[in-house]
Amino acid sequence: MGAQKKRAAAATAAARVSEDPDDLARQPLQAILLADSFTTKFRPITLERPKVLLPLVNVPMINYTLAWLEAAGVAEVFVFCCAHSKQVIDYLENSEWFSQPNFTVKTIESHNIISAGDALRLIYEQNVIHGDFVLISGDTVSNMLLTQALQEHKERKKKDNNAVMTMIIKKSKPSPITHQSRLGTDELFMAIDPNTKQLLYYEDKADHSKGTICLDKMLLAENPSISLHNDKQDCYIDICSPEVLSLFTDNFDYQHLRRHFVKGLLLDDIMGYKIFTHEIHSSYAARIDNYRSYDIVSKDIIQRWTYPYVPDVKFCGNRATKLERRGMYRASEIEQSRSAQVGSFTVIGCGTKIGSNSKISDSVIGEGCTIGSNVLIEGSYLWDNVIIEDGCELRHVIVCDGVIMKAGAVLKPGVVLSFKVVIGERFVVPAYSKVSLLQQPTVHDSDEELEYADNSSGTVEFSSIQGTADQSNGEMTSESSEAHKPKLGTGGVGYIWSICEGGQEEEWRHSVAPIPEDKLAELSEAMDDDQELVTQDRTALSTSGELISDSNASEGDDNEDSKDDSVYFEKEVEATFLRAVEENVKVDHVILEVNSLRLSYNMTSADCAGAVFYSMMKLAVKTPHSSASELQQNTANIITTWQKLLKSYLLEIDEEIEIILKFEEMCLESAKEFSPLFARILHILYDKDILQEDAILRWADEKEGADESDKVFVRQSEKFVQWLREASEEED
Amino acid sequence: MPDTQALVNDFLNKLKKRKIEGSQATARQTAELLRSVISQQRMPYTNQAGALIDAVKAVGEQLIAANPVELAVGNIVRRVLHIIREEDLSLTTAAIGGLNLSAVSDDENDDDRDGDSTLSAAAVAAAARSTLRPPSLQTLLEDTPVSAAVPQTSSSGGDSEGKSKSADKSSRSRKLKHDVIEAVNELIQDIVTCHEQIAEQAVEHIHQNEVILTLGSSRTVLEFLFAAKEKKRSFRVFVAEGAPRYQGHLLAKELVARGLQTTLITDSAVFAMISRVNMVIVGAHAVMANGGVIAPVGMNLVALAAQKHAVPFVVLAGSHKLCPLYPHNPEVLLNELRSPSELLDFGEFSDCMDFGSGSGSPLLHVVNPAFDYVPPKLVSLFITDTGGHNPSYMYRLIADYYSADDLVVQRRATAGN
Repeated sequence: MGAQKKRAAAATAAARVSEDPDDLARQPLQAILLADSFTTKFRPITLERPKVLLPLVNVPMINYTLAWLEAAGVAEVFVFCCAHSKQVIDYLENSEWFSQPNFTVKTIESHNIISAGDALRLIYEQNVIHGDFVLISGDTVSNMLLTQALQEHKERKKKDNNAVMTMIIKKSKPSPITHQSRLGTDELFMAIDPNTKQLLYYEDKADHSKGTICLDKMLLAENPSISLHNDKQDCYIDICSPEVLSLFTDNFDYQHLRRHFVKGLLLDDIMGYKIFTHEIHSSYAARIDNYRSYDIVSKDIIQRWTYPYVPDVKFCGNRATKLERRGMYRASEIEQSRSAQVGSFTVIGCGTKIGSNSKISDSVIGEGCTIGSNVLIEGSYLWDNVIIEDGCELRHVIVCDGVIMKAGAVLKPGVVLSFKVVIGERFVVPAYSKVSLLQQPTVHDSDEELEYADNSSGTVEFSSIQGTADQSNGEMTSESSEAHKPKLGTGGVGYIWSICEGGQEEEWRHSVAPIPEDKLAELSEAMDDDQELVTQDRTALSTSGELISDSNASEGDDNEDSKDDSVYFEKEVEATFLRAVEENVKVDHVILEVNSLRLSYNMTSADCAGAVFYSMMKLAVKTPHSSASELQQNTANIITTWQKLLKSYLLEIDEEIEIILKFEEMCLESAKEFSPLFARILHILYDKDILQEDAILRWADEKEGADESDKVFVRQSEKFVQWLREASEEED
Repeated sequence: MPDTQALVNDFLNKLKKRKIEGSQATARQTAELLRSVISQQRMPYTNQAGALIDAVKAVGEQLIAANPVELAVGNIVRRVLHIIREEDLSLTTAAIGGLNLSAVSDDENDDDRDGDSTLSAAAVAAAARSTLRPPSLQTLLEDTPVSAAVPQTSSSGGDSEGKSKSADKSSRSRKLKHDVIEAVNELIQDIVTCHEQIAEQAVEHIHQNEVILTLGSSRTVLEFLFAAKEKKRSFRVFVAEGAPRYQGHLLAKELVARGLQTTLITDSAVFAMISRVNMVIVGAHAVMANGGVIAPVGMNLVALAAQKHAVPFVVLAGSHKLCPLYPHNPEVLLNELRSPSELLDFGEFSDCMDFGSGSGSPLLHVVNPAFDYVPPKLVSLFITDTGGHNPSYMYRLIADYYSADDLVVQRRATAGN
């Protein structure tokens, strides 16, 4: 059946090719390669060398990406260099990539770019992309064929102009024990329409502890069928239409490709842009995001999943390596002692010397390394010119160029030694520590803005909370790093970077070391306790939820998530409104923005009315005032200015009542200054035609049966209500 | 020269990235590339053959290193080297002969070649000794197209040399280059037409109502079977699918499209079906000097089954697949391990490869070799474009095509560097 499907797909692809061969020929395929990941996951190594030049099975990563692009038929690649751009450009200039026929590599250099979004905006300004292009970062390894995905993309584009992007995904089962995908990234949830392959939902920061995800119910209402996956791996290879670049330019706040751009497009109903997925089956694609994926992709390469990009094929000027039995790759000129044991799935680079009785297994050893006798190397990555003296032990570590380990030193699992570090005799480097010649920068350094990728996550106040957390961590680390100065044994050179308190939790998740037994046990327990966790979570949330009571309070406990949402929503609306006031944005535009917020949070117009009114009142309180009458005047002014905005959400009486309730609530809690003015402001609202008398009367009627404490404001406005009643009776 | 260098780089690239599939295509393109290398090569006044050989060796070394598994590249490089030596030799012989025979009429031709050789027997014998190739049994016994081609060019070379024996060295150098290019053209022609040459012999081997078994897909086998069908032979074909690439499916499709009665079986059913089979006809990736065959994976199984039931095991191979190396030579890379994704779906098995747990080394290993080695004792007959041969005769055939000097082309060249 699978074969049948494949054949059918191939047949249709062939038919398409025959339909419009000129279409493909006309436009040479372009690609943007981001030679910077804009994260700091590979620190401290990346302080000295850009990530794309780090050797992956003895070949700099960027070569895998470029070799694939070339093989996939891309004609022109723009390599965007930012951090250490000089090194990247120098490397490319000395490599064979500039002399390939039918394949041009151009570099774009910029130093003040801090995110992928900025990079794409810059490329847009340069106006070099003319057609569909492949967007990829320089740390991606793949051997897929692009033709079919590209054809599908073009077909869709022809039918629907809004299909701007095709995302390549690959099935990758999360392991039942670890409950975590192989690459050490967070679990990824995607909702895909099984028929059209349209991507409807994307969440890569799903909260494990919560055990739940929230889907917009409109997704279910609008799509006849929807399939939800947690077994897909995002390959970070995108085929984009040129519109994507202009989208980045239009939305200056898009920074991260997935977190902002993809989610932004999915939530944005106004423009209606669509993202589709293309799943690859037999071919391989993965991105190296952290040390764990570095480990795993290396092993996939050694296991030949990336064929033909394997060590014994000279795909990009790498040295000749021979594949021997049991997956042992050996380059030429290796000096190996007779008693040394080199185990399976090991790569040994050119000119390496191995002493007697040393044991090496599951490891990659670079060029020109010297390994003494009685050394144990297990699951580790040694780069070039490393010197390991007698009796050292290395388990699951990364050791960069030029490191010297004096006799008897031990590296515990997860250690990363950056360039030219020297470890003293018999020194034991504790697990997960990172050692560099450079001192650990304090977290809030000026060029630390790169950190944004770790900090910002969607909503405003969320990031601020994290920001403060980071700050405190930062202070702690700077203190401790001073305390920790070079203590790498006698003759050791380098600083041990301390692990941030908050990061410790994640450390085992992202390191090259296998997940320790106790963590595994913990995780499998967590799986069993999932149900329990969910319930606990709910209680926890409802307590926090009560702090900010809102319109949904009456709906009870089963609506926690929407309550959560509505809090964020109010904040967003407020921020939007305040910005509008500051920047004198036109009312129509504000309405549009609030509408889009409403759609993205799936709120009713009553919620909008409440939120907008709330922000207006907030503004009034914030405006400096000396007396109650001045405050009243301010309020009246603001209401007059923004009445159009407010009115656009007051379609029915319910919304108007909502406003009154909101106001009441404010007077009780957040803005007590209003409480004496309640009746007067109610009057202003009535005068401005924002509230109809029906609404006010109904509110008064509803409050009739309420508790005494709730009736404070009804009392206060009793006269006004009385007057309204009489007026209406008179009319009758 | 920069032009050829670009061509060489382009071809190297393709070889490295495994973009060229099939030994015939590789062989043809290698020969074409070497032809352009030769035609661009500037000739010195002395030792032109040496210069040409060096140039071809330099390129050949790179080509062989680019994809050591594709033995056809090395074969063609060696063939071209051999051609250069042959042409040089024949020119020298003719020159010596011409000097000795200055009294004899200039217009030598094919007919009086024998007379010529008797006249200058000493010179020819000396020349023959100087060559590394002893006179081939085949050349002596029969007049096959390939063996005929060599004396013909040599005689025509002698012919024109005789005419212009007073001409200066430069014309002679042009002569050598011209002759070599002519011979390489013939080689290319041979490679292109090898399917037809082999298919012509089909009727001699396939008889009425026979059952033929084959494995995987080979263009040579397809043409061979179809040629027999053309000649009104009616027979049936069993096709083993050739896991994991399942090229047998494609072959079955092609055969049916051409009106042959076809049965598709799994590789593992070969043993069960072999008793009903009259002959096994398969293609090969390369034929080694000892008569062993490098063939798509699963072939050894078929050969063993055929031997068990005494079914003739026939291998079709164009002469470009004849490799002058022995399979026990450690320099020869006999196999290539391909991606495990041909065997199993990465997505389905990715949870088995979770390195994060346990000892850090995966419990699941997938091995996907591309080729099998079939020892010569299991092969009944080779059918090449020059006819049918026993495995034990292969070394002789190889001596016809290659000169012993070139067997270690890469090592000599590296030593030179």
